[in-house]
Formats: sequence, structure tokens, C-alpha cells
Amino acid sequence: MTDVLMDLPPDPILERRRVIQETASKKIGRRQLNSRILSGVFGLTLVLSLIPLVSVLATLIKRGVGVISWGFLTHDPIQPTLINQNAVGGIGNAMVGSLVVDGIAALVAVPLAILIGLYLAETESRTANFMRAITEIMTGLPSILLGVFAYIYIVLTMKAYSGFAAIVAITFLMVPVITKAAETAIRGVPHTLREAGLALGARNSKVSRGVILPVAAPGLITGVLLSLARAVGETAPILLVIGISGRTDWNPFHQMSALPLDIYQDSASGYASQQQEAWGIALVLVVAVLVLSLGSRFVAARMRREQR
Amino acid sequence: MSMTQDELNPTRDTEPITNGQSAVSTLTPPAMRLENVSVSFNGRTAVRDCTFNVASNRVTSLIGPSGSGKTTLLRSLNRLHDLTRSAKVEGKIMLGDIDIYGGSLPPTLLRSRIGMVFQRPNPFPTMSIYDNVVSGLRFNGIKKKALLDEAAESALISAALWDSVSSRLKAHGSTLSGGEQQRLCIARALAVEPEILLMDEPTSSLDPISTQRIEELMVELKNRVTIIIVTHNMQQAARVSDDCAFLLMGEDRAGELIEFGPTTKIFNDPSDPRTLDYIQGRFG
Repeated sequence: MTDVLMDLPPDPILERRRVIQETASKKIGRRQLNSRILSGVFGLTLVLSLIPLVSVLATLIKRGVGVISWGFLTHDPIQPTLINQNAVGGIGNAMVGSLVVDGIAALVAVPLAILIGLYLAETESRTANFMRAITEIMTGLPSILLGVFAYIYIVLTMKAYSGFAAIVAITFLMVPVITKAAETAIRGVPHTLREAGLALGARNSKVSRGVILPVAAPGLITGVLLSLARAVGETAPILLVIGISGRTDWNPFHQMSALPLDIYQDSASGYASQQQEAWGIALVLVVAVLVLSLGSRFVAARMRREQR
Repeated sequence: MSMTQDELNPTRDTEPITNGQSAVSTLTPPAMRLENVSVSFNGRTAVRDCTFNVASNRVTSLIGPSGSGKTTLLRSLNRLHDLTRSAKVEGKIMLGDIDIYGGSLPPTLLRSRIGMVFQRPNPFPTMSIYDNVVSGLRFNGIKKKALLDEAAESALISAALWDSVSSRLKAHGSTLSGGEQQRLCIARALAVEPEILLMDEPTSSLDPISTQRIEELMVELKNRVTIIIVTHNMQQAARVSDDCAFLLMGEDRAGELIEFGPTTKIFNDPSDPRTLDYIQGRFG
């Protein structure tokens, strides 16, 4: 019996299986080592990338937290003088300025950008491709150019610096960012949902509004909040056009102030108290941006969970 | 449809019908007529020259191997190819006496008269069970709460889903099992009270028990709606359909209608040897 078996040629499949399994077990130690090394490298890069973030945050907190109080956030600034060097007042004017400029810009940019994103996601035409290219170019545009644009077309035309000109610049900054996010989010909605809507006799626009946009909502909200976070921190586009105002003013057709602008001005001041104030504003700004970006992740994750 | 109605009907089809279903006359006007229907994408024909009648209140199955153009043909019936720019539908498709590509009936109105159930359950994920069922009505501009409630209940009962979901209509559609989701999609399509229901391999992603329930449902739904089903499961076609169209990919890779007739005839005594080969499982 065994003799007969020995005489048979070896089964090529069994032979191959033996070689594969032997090689695999010989190499396993090496593979596990590689895996550990790479995990270590990735862990290290994580730590490295956290260093700047943590150190910026730590410095801001150390230097800025002492300045912050309710009064600091709500009162108007007081220009320090040689006699009263520590009078800085607050940043109420800049808070209101940022709120008005970024708020109104968002109100205009969000619906506009979502409509453009919807159009780009749902049509395949030359016009759409052209608009997509424009959007991409605008995303990469140095933001100071938007300030120049607003300066030429708004400030020079109206012969006045104003919050309005800043709103225009920030709107143009936000639209391409949200458009890109909206297009991606809408393209991610399964095509079969659109077909299901159309198969019920719905018009395209109704399917977009009733089915596609709600499903894409987490992505849209992320895009909106991230673009807001970017807009809040932008100095360049508003620097040229907003003018300057030391008083709280809700009217966007007047000159205004804004948080990043105040950092820029106060940090260049000769008074230690104003430099101190710049740290405080920087902390406020970073917290605002962190809240917006972490908030966007939280909201999006929650909405995604609800859709499951 | 009650027996007495059938007995009163002098033009009753005397041919033996599968499943012991009450016979509905093939002489009553067909729900849909296809005349030399071809569909092409970018000039390449996907399915060619299909001519057959879809009888009212019966189940018509489209069978054939992959690539024979079953789904392509089905999607031409509610003008879903309109979404694909490269798609072109030729020939004539009549819904009653309206040529659906003739321009007199807007595609949205056509689609509210011809419902569709897709291969994979696709309930709207942001909507509750109730909102899913009435979505078609809302899309078509119906807002009256009483009408919506009534339609939702009726559709869910017809889709054999009412008992399990009536207490949680506000829950998300995605909380249901795959089979229940597909029945939700059937209810959603039925709520618009379509004359015809297109089903594109509606059980291909479901387990055998869910499949069985949906097959039973199709037979029950016949008196409410005319059903056209694409399936690559021949047993399913034999079990549920009254009429059967067999398609096959031709030499130029375009699907062609090989044979059309009562399901019993197609499965027991086909006229074309290719049909027999396919039925007997020699290929495909």
C-alpha cells in the first residue's frame, strides 16, 4: 500500500501548498517586525505633527488666557496712551465685525455654493467642466487677490472702505471651497436613490431637494463649517478693504474691524498691553476655529449615524 | 378579482395558466405594447427589435442570460434611460394608446403611472418609514394628510409590511431588514397607485425566505397592478409569471427577443430550440 503511494508522482497542488505554507511561516517573523517598525514610524510622525499644534495652543493659552474676560470680549478698545499704558479695553468691535462680515458672507455663499455644487455634480457638460475648472482655480487663488478685487470694484466704486467690501471678498473666498465640498458630497449619494425618486414621478429638482441634499447633508455641513473656519481666520482679503473702526458697529456699510485684523495691528503696537491683547485675540480666534472644525466633525458623524 | 367576475367574462383565456391563478383574458387591451423597441448606448445597440404585448393584471417576466438586455429593456419602459445622455430608445412603446416617447406625456407623469422596484432595496435613508411610503405622493404634489395616511396604510398592507411597522412608522427605513426594506420600496411604489410596476431583479439581494415573501406578494398584487419583472432566476419566472419573454445576446452582442408567450408554453413547449436549451440549463 505505502509502496504504491510512494510510486505515485507528488500531487502538484499539495506540493505547492507545502511550499507556500513553509515560506509563509519562515517569513512571518520578518513581517511582524516590519509591521512593528512601521507602526512606530507612524506613531512618531503623529507625535511630530502634534508638536506644533500643542505648542501653539500652549503658548496662546499661557499668554492669552490672562487677558480674556467677559469685558474683554464685549467692550470696545481703548487706545493706550503714555499716561495710561495698560488701558486696552476689549475687542467687542472686532467680535461684531467678524460676526457680521463672516455671517453675511456665509448667508450669501452657502446657498449659492450648494446650488453650484449640485449643478456640477449632476450635469456633464462643457459649461459644467468650465465652471469646475474656475472653481478649482479660485480655491487656489492667493487670498490677498480677493482683497485687491474687492478694493478695485467696491472700495474705489463706493469711494469708501466698508465691511461690505470685506463681505464680498470673503464670499468669493468661501464659495469655491463650499462648492468643491458640496460637489463631492452630492456625488457620493448613491445614484439609485435619484433613480428611485424619479421612478416615483418626481421632477429632478424635487429629488435633489427631497432626497439628494438631505443624504448629502453631513458632507455639506462639514464643507460649510470648514470654509467658515477658514474665513474667520483670513486677514489678507479684508486688510485692504475694511478700513478700521474702534467702535462696535453692526452696519456693514461702515468701516469695521475683525479679529485677525486686530491681531495684525495690535501685535505691531509698541505698547506691551496691546501686544498682550493680540495674544488674547489669537486665543479667541483659535478656539473659534477649533470649535468650528471639531463641531463640523461631530455634527457630520452624528448625522451619518442617524442615516444608518 | 373575484371568481364571479371571471365567470362573467366571456373572453376568458381558456389556456391552462400556471400557479392556478385566475385567468385574465389576453384579449382585453394590453397594458403596454412594445413595437420594434431597440435601445442603444453611444450608437452601440444593447437590445434590438423587441415586440410583444404586456397583458393587464398579469405578471410578465423578462428572462435571459446576463447581457441579453433585460434590464435595459425594462428601463426603457419608464424612460429611465433619459438620464443617460448617450442612450437612445427607438421603436414604439404604447401605454394604453399613448406613445410614451411621443412627447404627449411628460416623463414625470409617465413615471407616476409606471412604478419601479430596483435590484437592491433603496429606501431614502434620511426619511422615516412613513415618509418613504408617501414620498412619491409628496413628490407629485399631494399634501392632504388624510389621503397620505390612507395611501400609506393601503400600500403597506399590500406590501405585507403593515403588521410589522404600523407601530413604528416614524422609525428610519434603514432600521428594517433587507427583505423588509425591499417591501418598503414596493409599498413606496404602490402608494402612487401605478398602473404598471416594473421590478428589476427585486429579490437578487435577498435571502430565500424574503424572496419567497416577495414572490407571494407579486401574485397577490396582480389584481392591483400589472407587473413586469426582470429575473435571472428561471424558477422564479416559472413560479410567478403568467407571460414570459426570453431574450438572448445576438452575435453583435445586442440582446434580442427570442420568444414570447405564456410562461407555461415557454417552459414546457418552447418553439425555439435556443429557449429550450436555456430552460434546460444548457447555457446561461
